[in-house]
Amino acid sequence: MSESLHIQGGRVIDPANGIDEIRDLFVLDGRLVDKKSPGATLIDASGKVVTPGLIDIHVHFREPGQSHKETIESGSRAAAMGGFTTVVCMPNTNPVADSPATIAWIQEKAEKTACVNVFCTGAITRGIAGEEMAPIGALAAAGVVALTDDGHCVQNHGVMRRAVEYAKQFGLPIMDHCQEATLSADGVMNEGEWSTRLGLPGWPALAEDLIVARNILLAEETGHPIHCQHISSARSVRLLREARKRGVPITAEACPHHISLTDEGLKNFDTNFKVNPPLRTQADIDEIIKGIADGTITILASDHAPHAPYEKEVELDKAPFGMLGLETELAVFLEILLHQRKACTLPQVIAMLTVNPARLLGLDRGTLSLGAIADITILDPDLAWKYDKNDSPSLSRNTPFHGFSLRGRAVQTIVDGKTVWNLENGFSD
Amino acid sequence: MKKIWNSKDLCALADHSEEELRVILDTATAFKGVGERNLKKVPALRGKTMVNLFVEPSTRTRISFELAAMRLSADVVNINASASSLEKGETLLDTARNLEALRVDLIVIRHKSAGSARFLADRLKASVINAGDGAHEHPTQGLLDAFTIREKLGTLEGVRVSIVGDILFSRVARSNIEILTKLGAKVTLVGPPTLVPKTFESLGVRVAHNIDEVIGESDVINLLRIQHERQKTEYFPGLGEYTARFGLTRKRAEQLKPECLIMHPGPMNRGVEIDSQVADGRSSVILDQVTNGLAVRMAVLYLCSGGAPFAPITAS
Repeated sequence: MSESLHIQGGRVIDPANGIDEIRDLFVLDGRLVDKKSPGATLIDASGKVVTPGLIDIHVHFREPGQSHKETIESGSRAAAMGGFTTVVCMPNTNPVADSPATIAWIQEKAEKTACVNVFCTGAITRGIAGEEMAPIGALAAAGVVALTDDGHCVQNHGVMRRAVEYAKQFGLPIMDHCQEATLSADGVMNEGEWSTRLGLPGWPALAEDLIVARNILLAEETGHPIHCQHISSARSVRLLREARKRGVPITAEACPHHISLTDEGLKNFDTNFKVNPPLRTQADIDEIIKGIADGTITILASDHAPHAPYEKEVELDKAPFGMLGLETELAVFLEILLHQRKACTLPQVIAMLTVNPARLLGLDRGTLSLGAIADITILDPDLAWKYDKNDSPSLSRNTPFHGFSLRGRAVQTIVDGKTVWNLENGFSD
Repeated sequence: MKKIWNSKDLCALADHSEEELRVILDTATAFKGVGERNLKKVPALRGKTMVNLFVEPSTRTRISFELAAMRLSADVVNINASASSLEKGETLLDTARNLEALRVDLIVIRHKSAGSARFLADRLKASVINAGDGAHEHPTQGLLDAFTIREKLGTLEGVRVSIVGDILFSRVARSNIEILTKLGAKVTLVGPPTLVPKTFESLGVRVAHNIDEVIGESDVINLLRIQHERQKTEYFPGLGEYTARFGLTRKRAEQLKPECLIMHPGPMNRGVEIDSQVADGRSSVILDQVTNGLAVRMAVLYLCSGGAPFAPITAS
């Protein structure tokens, strides 16, 4: 089957190749090629931006085991609607993705039902319990792209050290959810003025900072890359900045909610604002944005974490942590980083959503090089729109961004040379 | 008189203006007289039904609400968590919706989760009155404490109130801070840094870690109960050290101004946060607080049911 595209007149931003210019792109049989094929479908991208398909290395698609919250199918549709062509799933499913059998199950399910590329992470420890090492070699062979106990954090430093050392032989990066459990304890929101006012147990930034510091030391000691997930605290950013200056192989990601919302959002006890790590203060937001601008934080991700309405419709301390993210992710990043704060250029934002995550995890994506897989996102960075959670293809509705007016969104998502979604006509299937 | 109280619920004193809080206190002043009569009943809430939904144990607050409702001629049902469907896994919202389906007019809730009263109030047509939600607020306690101070000292303006003890876990402290600062009192929180962190300064109060520095200047000293059941981890080395550093001992009581009011929301740990004789002494208004609590709760139930506020009774 031969399918070809001619994407005409767009501003092509391909940070992997240092390209930012108006040009045409050509696709044949799912690959980028250098010339137009006869009968190519014309896509008019004039006035739009054409980028490598966006990559989100932090999503929870809940399968297997929690398909009432999200499925790989519904989650992948949310991804496509948000302009993402590739996602990386966290392993805190039921069963936990700590065995080749579960990885194979997820891969097969993704093959059959997902409209975007789905990669798996494997757990660092069995059952993400933080005690025994998961079968890391077998997970590597099964095709996981990284190891993480996300949702949990390995508390035992000895276990973590050995896991990092062991993973190194397979070249598998470690990603860590940074949370020291004796300090975060039963905390449900940032420890600070608002937890004080609301009488809710606090989860101090210190609990993140301590594990970020631990990971910096472990990465330095082992020479193996560790990636700190969803950084929420100003001091964590400063620790990372200093370590990266010294050349320590440590990276970090930031999420939309951690640069746009503060803990004040919880003042009416709205569980949609309950997320882990928690929303913090304006000072934390400012430092995270500074870290994104100066290259301390090099990857942007959503931590898309669906929960069913009945699970969130409870007392705040009983509600699960997490919020939807994929559909609003690009818009919130552009709204804050590009439009409001002018902290980054558009190519910088795109790099943090394409080539940077691809390089960290060794994915053959995130570039518009000739011969590359034709994952392409067409976006309008200035398009003003209002997010309505009821339009979401996700099975869940737990978002704090409902009704937000945002600037910038994807208008067309192309995976393997095929359009899976566009703003005008919706999904192709 | 213009109607100032427009809320069906009382979830937190933080939600209400100084003017609204004064309306409750003024209405409570009018109701206090009812309790002093031989016939302690008015027909204000006749035909209304109130449920005491106590998901966390309580004696005095529950009884106070129950009596307040009875004196207003409402019908009252008490629900204990241990005997309810909540024990069988029913959600709080479903329990409350069932009560509403029974056409209950007022739900008084005590629950260990902060925000639980607000959670129900936003979802029900019935009035929701917070009788204590976790460490968040205990609005009627804050009101009755303010009422008692105003009654005894004539005003709250400029009054120096020291609140001593386990502030971090205290809903009583938070409701006191809200109303006292709004009505012009100067509040100092006293306790070890683990239980009185500096973040409380953002609420417009002073934080002190040495009781002996503030004891002589206080017009009111409010001693909070050290809550054994809430101490999951070590916040201080032990009760002996706590009493030595922060207890209102007889020796410390001698440093108080003679007219200083001694308050305690109860239940007291005699000999821990307060010396037994001091608790029963001349300056103690601890039992006045209990009496006033009833009047305040009558006012709250009445106003949240749509009753017209009473005009302020000016002190002569």
